[in-house]
Amino acid sequence: MSDERLLTASASPHIKSPATTSRIMLDVIIALIPSLVAGVLIFGPRVLAVTGVTVGFCVLSEYLSRRAMKRSNTLGDLSAVVTGVILAFNLPSTIPLWMAAFGSVIAIVVVKQMFGGIGQNFVNPALLARIVLMVSFPAEMLSGWANAFAWRNDNIDALSAATPLAALGDGAKELPTLFQMFFARPGCIGEACAFALILGGLYLTVRGVVIPVIPFFFVGTVAVFMLIYGAATQENALTFTLYQLLGGGLLLGAIFMATDYATSPLSIKGKIIFAVGCGLITSVIRVFGNMTEGVSFSIILMNILVPHIDRLTAPTPFGVVKEKKSGKKKEGAEAAAEKEAAKA
Amino acid sequence: MAEKTTLRKEFTKGLLVENPVLRLVLGTCPTLAISTSMTNSIGMGISAMIVLVCSNIAISMLRRVIPSKVRIPAYIVVIASFVTIVQMLVKAFVPALDSALGVYLPLIVVNCIILGRAEAFAGKNSVAASAVDGIGMGIGFTAALLCMATIREFFGNGTLFSGADSLLNLFGITSFTGIEIFSRLPESLHIEPILILILAPGGFFTFGLLMAVSNKIAEGKGKPKAELRGCDSCPMSGSCSLIARDEAGDCAEKQPAQATANTTGGDA
Repeated sequence: MSDERLLTASASPHIKSPATTSRIMLDVIIALIPSLVAGVLIFGPRVLAVTGVTVGFCVLSEYLSRRAMKRSNTLGDLSAVVTGVILAFNLPSTIPLWMAAFGSVIAIVVVKQMFGGIGQNFVNPALLARIVLMVSFPAEMLSGWANAFAWRNDNIDALSAATPLAALGDGAKELPTLFQMFFARPGCIGEACAFALILGGLYLTVRGVVIPVIPFFFVGTVAVFMLIYGAATQENALTFTLYQLLGGGLLLGAIFMATDYATSPLSIKGKIIFAVGCGLITSVIRVFGNMTEGVSFSIILMNILVPHIDRLTAPTPFGVVKEKKSGKKKEGAEAAAEKEAAKA
Repeated sequence: MAEKTTLRKEFTKGLLVENPVLRLVLGTCPTLAISTSMTNSIGMGISAMIVLVCSNIAISMLRRVIPSKVRIPAYIVVIASFVTIVQMLVKAFVPALDSALGVYLPLIVVNCIILGRAEAFAGKNSVAASAVDGIGMGIGFTAALLCMATIREFFGNGTLFSGADSLLNLFGITSFTGIEIFSRLPESLHIEPILILILAPGGFFTFGLLMAVSNKIAEGKGKPKAELRGCDSCPMSGSCSLIARDEAGDCAEKQPAQATANTTGGDA
């Protein structure tokens, strides 16, 4: 049987990969589970409610919008579930549930399906939904963070906390220790435990779902920038840098959102440009902007540039001789200009 | 009888099929900026309509007098005069509206709808037809603004007609200041207004949605979709060197007569 198959000549492609969209998405979901567990442990069972609402509404709006547009049902590829989980990770655990539902509808209907569905979204759906929520409901999205493990105490109100980045900006407030920063700190649901995020990232790398170029260069750029900035302004540049790396949504963004296939460049060179751009914009917003966090904006901005990065870094096919730049093109333009002049 | 039906056609086309905002995609800047509140959009719509009707009539009357080479400056002067008059009237009688509309009131001078109708219609048609065209287009503009403002104000601010007293003052009514909706909901149904809708991105989003809806309706009537078709929508298409050079291209094919006419007119 196998010999026969070797003899059959079929049309290309001859090399097939077992990876399907649903398998990749399943891997991403598996990689997200440690952070979800950490989120539930740190912020309590409400995390499950928020995640349930975002996933439920993402799946529901995917189904309904595909139906309304008379397109095939794409629930099976699990991408809506991934969007839902990632969106929940980008929200504070205290968010009203209807806002989470609204964000899910924005992510799937507006960002994903209106532009053609999976693979056609021009920016990361979950991130844009986060930004829409942030602009629409600044009070609910940007204040009243629950402190880590506060849900075990009765008096939750007394235990709300500023995010480490905001505290770092103020200077006066107390910072969590670096140990807390690494395992459990106040913040969005998914960003609270750096350890779980890195674990998920390692799983994705081992499974071959992502090449860790983007996370490495994204975090690396922020680290270099913060080291230089810290050396110039802070007493202890190294600690400052570590807080910057572990604080905010940097790891969550770099590992799970900047690496989205549809919205990141194809070539390695392009990925490096993309990641360095993300890192630079994040650092500039954090240091010089009036917001404490810039990861989501930096990824969205670089998402929009991806088609241009892809065009600039398109690899040349084997055997193609590069055209000399100062040749025909210029002559053509000059000829056109002359033609114009003659006409006038 | 024939005269009457054409007049009616000139009037109704502006309402939906050739709605200036949603179908001709003109006057986008004031549309996006003003449509955050229903009161403002009514004020803006009426001001623009007055200018549009007056300038259409004046330009139609002057159409045999104005030399075609300087028609655009001549139209602008006519339009600017009417805008000045309207602005003075608004300042005198509805000062609150004047401060709410701000720079967008004098900017009616360069509103594409008014210049566009002067160029495309009033400069070629009779006075009566131009006046009716102006009324239809003006109502279409106001209706489109009001549609957008209703969506944006309701979801973005949780109110309807907020600040309506600034307009109603004109008729001596001061008691009605708009309807609060979201803040009156019972505690269990409490929702916050979605701020992004009264900001710029929400404006673009609502605009796109309404365009899609009006396209759908017009499609049912057998009309083509309103879309940015390459060079057609570009105001520079007449004098564009790319079109002249790229003669085999799509753009030149679509409007060769107009393109050449405008180039010779402009360059000579």
